[in-house]
Amino acid sequence: MKHFFLATILAGAMSLPAYAADYTIIAPANPGGGWDQTARSLQTVMQQEGISGNVQVQNVPGAGGTIGLAQFASQQKGNANALIVGGYVMVGAILTNKSPVTLKDVTPIARLTGEYEAVVVPASSDIKTMADLVEALKKDPGAVSWAGGSAGGTDHIAVGLIAKAAGVDPTKINYIAYSGGGEALAAILGSQVTAGVSGYGEFEAQVKAGTLRLLAVSGPERIAGVEAPTLKESGLDVVVENWRMVAAAPGLSDEQKAAVSADIEKLAKSAGWQEVLKTKGWQDSYLAGDAFNAQLDKDVAATEGVLKDIGLVK
Amino acid sequence: MATFDFLLQGLLVAAQPMNLLYALIGVTLGTAVGVLPGIGPALTVALLLPVTYRLDPGGSLIMFAGIYYGGMYGGSTTSILLNTPGESSSIVTALEGNKMARAGRGGPALATAAIGSFVAGLIATLGLAFIAPYIVKLALVFGPREYFALMVLAFVTVSSAFGDSTLRGLTSLFVGLGLAVIGIDQLTGQARLSFGVPELLDGIEVTTLAVAMFAIGETLFIAAQGDKGPDKVEAVRGSIWMSANDWARSWKAWLRGTFIGFPIGAMPAGGAEIGTFLSYATEKRLTKHPEEFGNGAIEGVAGPEAANNASAAGTLVPLLTLGLPTTATAAIMLAGFQQYGLQPGPLLFATNPQLVWGLIASLLIANFMLLVLNLPLIGLWVKLLTIPKPWLYAGILLFATLGTIGANPSVYELGMLLAFGLLGYAMRVFGYPIAPVVVGLILGPLAEQQLRRALAISQGDYSVLITSPIAAVLLLIAAAALIVPLILRARGRGEVLSQLAASED
Repeated sequence: MKHFFLATILAGAMSLPAYAADYTIIAPANPGGGWDQTARSLQTVMQQEGISGNVQVQNVPGAGGTIGLAQFASQQKGNANALIVGGYVMVGAILTNKSPVTLKDVTPIARLTGEYEAVVVPASSDIKTMADLVEALKKDPGAVSWAGGSAGGTDHIAVGLIAKAAGVDPTKINYIAYSGGGEALAAILGSQVTAGVSGYGEFEAQVKAGTLRLLAVSGPERIAGVEAPTLKESGLDVVVENWRMVAAAPGLSDEQKAAVSADIEKLAKSAGWQEVLKTKGWQDSYLAGDAFNAQLDKDVAATEGVLKDIGLVK
Repeated sequence: MATFDFLLQGLLVAAQPMNLLYALIGVTLGTAVGVLPGIGPALTVALLLPVTYRLDPGGSLIMFAGIYYGGMYGGSTTSILLNTPGESSSIVTALEGNKMARAGRGGPALATAAIGSFVAGLIATLGLAFIAPYIVKLALVFGPREYFALMVLAFVTVSSAFGDSTLRGLTSLFVGLGLAVIGIDQLTGQARLSFGVPELLDGIEVTTLAVAMFAIGETLFIAAQGDKGPDKVEAVRGSIWMSANDWARSWKAWLRGTFIGFPIGAMPAGGAEIGTFLSYATEKRLTKHPEEFGNGAIEGVAGPEAANNASAAGTLVPLLTLGLPTTATAAIMLAGFQQYGLQPGPLLFATNPQLVWGLIASLLIANFMLLVLNLPLIGLWVKLLTIPKPWLYAGILLFATLGTIGANPSVYELGMLLAFGLLGYAMRVFGYPIAPVVVGLILGPLAEQQLRRALAISQGDYSVLITSPIAAVLLLIAAAALIVPLILRARGRGEVLSQLAASED
């Protein structure tokens, strides 16, 4: 009987890859989320394209990715085989959680994917255009409830920026945070709230089915094949992109950094990765090197400004 | 009639020998990871996702379905035998199931869990096939205020169902509610009671608390008793199969559990645990053997287990009809669908009928496989209990610790496990019920968030909480559940008093 017991444990243990990996990718989130999917897609494509023989994904969830980031920065110092997935949400989480470890403590390699935010209302709503929504917001900011993801996340930041651009006090916005885009979607579909903000992918199927009305998207240009105007076209000077990136450990030599960057570039240009982007509906926003670092600094500064305006960061 | 044709077609595909093999692998893996605390079905599906790239869509969907149902069922085995719930939704099962196992009735407890899971899975999967679009409309009507009313109802029913002393039960509940406020407040993003410890920002993991309270606390309690404690648990008394009486008491509980679990699982913010709580409370109220509750009542295993599996099928309703994953496992399955270009959402049933019905057929097959796999295993499982007590509890300790570290490799997590284990021991020593602590941790944040969302949307107007008809009805039921027993008890006491008076004459 004991053997059976042991056998069960062994069977469980064997379902986890136990071999040493050429790359270990930390997904600082639970299985199933965007960062986890990014990490697992990286794993698949890197192996498929022969960039790396063995890739292992490890989930270190918690606090908007800051737990994983802190662990990564302290434990992997100088390890050129370790990568971490992160993104825009992490920028906000570092600020709101007052995380002692920031993106300065790791080696950002490249931005890989991006997704634009979408503003929607239920199909039955009286609000037909972005202008209608802005008008309602100006009249009584509290009466317009916005559903979106976690407080201080991309969705919340987008709402803060919209309010600011419309000349409304961002501290007055009535933002209802849900634990994920999915739960927020249910609240919007059920007309529990006035409007919803989340990544376009979350709403795409509902918009196509006609159950949600898409008012605007947050990119610099319209999304191909989608009729809705950008926020800029609607008179609001707002561009928000929820991007995801990959970073390496701190304390790498220049050669090590160059080798990792070369592997990631090879990945980003590969047919396998392009295929993944297509099936997952992710935008290719590959950006590396100094251009990425400059953009990152700009994003961090802008995010800090918005979070202060909303009142989440003092 | 097209529905039926599609379903039959799906069943034909799923019943091909290769696909049956995938189903078997799926349920075996699923049961194994369900049994092991720490490796949940979500992680298993995530690990297998790259493997299934090579399979055809049908085969991989069947495997996912098997892991999903297997995982939901597997958690109950450790709950019943070792008092170590592998998943938060099998916590209630441990209450009666483990008492049954200790009394030598582990066989019937496992059997009623397995058959109940099968019955619930069958009905709920058929429900998914035929009434999903209607159920989802109902689920969308549920806004924050309706959820809040549902949580109030859950609080009332569970608090009346646990323990003999209301004061002790409430004390335990408030310990749980206190633990529940630790971490980042979801609505404002501000940290509460985390004392600058980053690991506390995400709050306390329900399974860590449950495993600590149930398994570690129990182990310490047994160890502290030393030789004075009761003799070793009786492994098997009577048949390991269910008696006619067991069947008679189980079948209604299975059905009731199914009808409670399915709609709650289908709600985007429901959660499998709530269905199991409500089912347990219902069974306790309706049973003809109230004296057995707390000492191993078979209804208390049958109902919640059925509710658990029915809600697993319910979770697929918003996933398939709205593209809305409500659990981590569902989120990964969504990723799995997408790799075949399948976009769950309102148009899925129209655009990809083959795959949808293939999935539903796979669920039916997986459900059946699960029963075939698990019934013969019961005889083996119950032998676990014949392991001498020191070994068994040492094993449980190891198992619980491994599982917790496996799920979250952190020193803090281990520290919490031990601290809560000590708390669980102390509560046992002083006679406080354990389950309400876990219930408080699960329900507390849900109730708080929904109440605050409702008030934020109404801009602070409390009347919204009762102006929705659904919320009002739920609150009325909650009030009735609270008041009626008090009236009955008062009346009962009156009868006793009058009897006493009569006998004095």
